[in-house]
Amino acid sequence: MANIISDETIDYVGILAKLALSDEEKEQAKKDMGRMLDYIDKLGELDTTGIEPMSHVFPVQNAFREDVVTNGDESEKTLKNAPGEKDNMFIVPITI
Amino acid sequence: MELLKYSAVELAAAIKEGKATAVEAMEATLSRIEEKDGEINAYVTIDRDAALAAAKEAQQKIDAGVLTGPLAGVPVAIKDNLCTEGMLTTCASKILENFVPTFSAEAVINLEKAGAVVIGKTNMDEFAMGSTTETSAYGETKNPWNLKHVPGGSSGGSAAAVASNECFFALGSDTGGSIRQPASFCGVVGLKPTYGTVSRYGLIAYGSSLDQIGPLTKNVTDCATVLEVLATHDTKDSTSVKREDTDFSSALVEDVSGMKIGIPRDYFGEGLDAEVKEAVLAAAKALEEKGAVVEEFDLSLVEYAIPTYYTIAAAEASSNLERFDGVKYGYRTSEFDGLHNMYKKTRSEGFGAEVKRRIMLGAFVLSSGYYDAYYLKALKVKAMIKKAFDDAFAKYDIILGPVAPTTAPKLGESLSDPLKMYLGDIYTISVNLAGLPGISVPCGKDSKGLPIGLQLIADSFQEKKLIQTAYTYERLRGAFGMED
Repeated sequence: MANIISDETIDYVGILAKLALSDEEKEQAKKDMGRMLDYIDKLGELDTTGIEPMSHVFPVQNAFREDVVTNGDESEKTLKNAPGEKDNMFIVPITI
Repeated sequence: MELLKYSAVELAAAIKEGKATAVEAMEATLSRIEEKDGEINAYVTIDRDAALAAAKEAQQKIDAGVLTGPLAGVPVAIKDNLCTEGMLTTCASKILENFVPTFSAEAVINLEKAGAVVIGKTNMDEFAMGSTTETSAYGETKNPWNLKHVPGGSSGGSAAAVASNECFFALGSDTGGSIRQPASFCGVVGLKPTYGTVSRYGLIAYGSSLDQIGPLTKNVTDCATVLEVLATHDTKDSTSVKREDTDFSSALVEDVSGMKIGIPRDYFGEGLDAEVKEAVLAAAKALEEKGAVVEEFDLSLVEYAIPTYYTIAAAEASSNLERFDGVKYGYRTSEFDGLHNMYKKTRSEGFGAEVKRRIMLGAFVLSSGYYDAYYLKALKVKAMIKKAFDDAFAKYDIILGPVAPTTAPKLGESLSDPLKMYLGDIYTISVNLAGLPGISVPCGKDSKGLPIGLQLIADSFQEKKLIQTAYTYERLRGAFGMED
């Protein structure tokens, strides 16, 4: 395997991805990611000098609209889905 | 059972003529589900009362002459990553186990406006990440042709529901083959439209630049008819394209004389099952005998499509799935220490292994230091793949090939080796990268009795050529379906 994923890398990816992995999951993730990256490295065979990266297949421009509210107040229905709510607000753990 | 044999368009016609009602059709569908779905598990959510009430309402509108379209009164199954107002929408994930949307996806609204009646929600790979419908948090779906095999994925529930007559048609979504491959494995018709043709509003995003919603149907006529209803310009989706040529059913013409069909040699090499190859080439031969001009060519870059796709799709997934944090909707872990710990524990407990794998890969290829080498490189190769298709479509109207290298694998064979599963997407994936339309039509069975799919690909916005060719082939092939 050409790509050796270190413990530090997996910990860093865990922070970026907001995932808490068990030791077992970390070991598996190191293997899986190393293998996928080896495979993705195949793209290195292609010379892409001078080629523009293509995000969208069609020329996509900003789709502007007037800043007008078109939907009604759905806060009650929306909050019904929340794991915690109080006084028309989402409850979250203390942040500071 | 007789009612269930109808195609969607045939059923609507029968209802229009007063030979059947929308309520009878829904009752027959619900009985069929009761009889069959215990073993198949195509559905994750069904609300019988709501379905029957909606059918009754549709019938009243038909009687009043308000609903006159070709899908009026027809029961439809919806993939569970499409929002349905007031009905559980889980993406087959634990993290959305209790999510009830406050609105419906535009595609669902378009169907309801046309008089189609929602039966329930179909099973899928969790967040549409998978090719077998085995990564669902709510149990695997089984292939109706052989219960020991997978139905394909990620729209496996939708494909299985159509194949087993548990609905008259279904909606799926296709990011790397997720409509066409399960259609192929279950012996039904599945179409992925040109990117931007169907609004993605209300589709829970996986890879936004690749995702498209499309129909899974019993035949090509239904497919064209459903697509015609789905294809509307929607300002709520900034990538929605305004098209004037959406009268797709006008392309249901039995004629391929002069149609230029290219067969990519690179689609018939190593890894392709011999029986699949034979069936697909026989379909090409049939079209040639009917007047199409068929020749082989080199598409090139085929082997680079999978690494390109998994880089881009994982990157977009890692960004799109950030919203599942246990605050606004869905699952929240029961014990935690502070906000960040709540996020991490919620996501770790809520997502399954395949979803976590792709989120991590995506976070990695987007991270500083690796962005240029992986993500940007993949976007450049995507441009090269698009150019290869542009060159091909300068010469051909249609590209013809297999949908998948094999027929449906056995349950439990795929998940142990993710990379091997990814390789099964080789013929479908570049179509998403290039934003093209593609259709899967049944073209035979292998010696195990499992269906084989023929894939036809057209240039952007050329769905009519696809439909015309697929329709002509379907007429040549004759009836195809399961014995009950």
